[in-house]
Amino acid sequence: MDIKVLGTGCANCKTTIALIEQVAQAQGVAIELEKVQELRDIMGYGVMSTPGVVINGKVVHAGGVPSREKIAQWLKVQA
Amino acid sequence: MNTVTSSLQRWPVRQPAVFLALAAAVWWGIYQALAPASEALVAALPVDRASHLGGALQFFLYDTPKVLMLLTGVVFVMGMVNSYFTPERTRALLAGRSEGVANVMAASLGIVTPFCSCSAVPLFIGFVQAGVPLGVTFSFLISAPMVNEVALTLLFGMFGWKVALLYLGLGLSVAIVAGWVIGRLKMEVYLEDWVREMPRTSAAFEAADSTLADRVQAGFAAVREIVGKVWPYILGGIALGALIHGYVPEDFMASFMGKDAWWSVPLAVLMGVPMYTNAAGVIPIVQALLAKGAALGTVLAFMMSVIALSLPEMIILRKVLKLRLMATFVGVVATGILLVGFVFNAVL
Repeated sequence: MDIKVLGTGCANCKTTIALIEQVAQAQGVAIELEKVQELRDIMGYGVMSTPGVVINGKVVHAGGVPSREKIAQWLKVQA
Repeated sequence: MNTVTSSLQRWPVRQPAVFLALAAAVWWGIYQALAPASEALVAALPVDRASHLGGALQFFLYDTPKVLMLLTGVVFVMGMVNSYFTPERTRALLAGRSEGVANVMAASLGIVTPFCSCSAVPLFIGFVQAGVPLGVTFSFLISAPMVNEVALTLLFGMFGWKVALLYLGLGLSVAIVAGWVIGRLKMEVYLEDWVREMPRTSAAFEAADSTLADRVQAGFAAVREIVGKVWPYILGGIALGALIHGYVPEDFMASFMGKDAWWSVPLAVLMGVPMYTNAAGVIPIVQALLAKGAALGTVLAFMMSVIALSLPEMIILRKVLKLRLMATFVGVVATGILLVGFVFNAVL
């Protein structure tokens, strides 16, 4: 599963990355986590609030840190 | 055991209307009981109520839960409102509108649209791409961080509704006028080239169906995130206020921040630029300044400057604005804030 976290590097973005790693580990799901920090690339996804989360090319979240339940749902659906 | 606690935790979401009505009633009841409760608590302690310590303690014990409750209530409600005024909806409301009215709308929407300063740039570009005029986008960008519910609630809870209303009115005015002025200067060419080359997008969007339960959850999330992050500042600010009320002599600040010192306003605005804290972090400083004689205009100018002209945000904005536009933005906003400070001090 290919997961990208979009953000310019503020605390919320870092928290989102850490949270996704934690949940993925807890559920035993293999993921490829990538940080997208270049503004040009972030805008390419059409998000207006960061942090944003893109899974397998689709934007699933934009703005604020996603909850654990949400992340768990994404991982379950895709796995 | 697990299912009992988790179903207990889920009931606000399953019965959102009931939860909201009940929560409002409980909140109001506790709020009314705070003043008498704090007095009773101080009376029970081995402290003389009339002493400095007694006064400071009562102030702290009353103000801390009061402000925290106000903040929780307001943040929760705004969390619900924010779930409606998403950036996409705000953009759709503003796209293609003519300036003037659009500046007013943009500044007002800045209050109810969720905004985190790291999202400033994606939001800015997103607006520009969809055809929101540059000046209108700026009105939004100035108002959003500055006139937010945390700042307003804290000002209301700690300094009264007049100060809060003033901050709201003046903040909106600066946002509207500054944005409008920048729009008239026709500086679209000073956007970074890569921004101008970004493809146009449509502002049309499909609103995701949000139920009341979804909005209640958004409210909870907002409280966890904002109050959870900000409460140490509040405690610190009130403790500082309590100490000042009890111990620092009057007029301590008036000598260099009072109305007669004409240079106090520019100094305050300048001091604000390199400082960046969230709206809550600046409150302890505001508390200290106001309580001991600093002029209200100067203090409001300082507060606006700290929040609206933050160095970190400007560094990020530099990626999308050429230096000239960046300088114009800072200049126009700083001038607006300066005027606010001067006029205020002169009028009051």
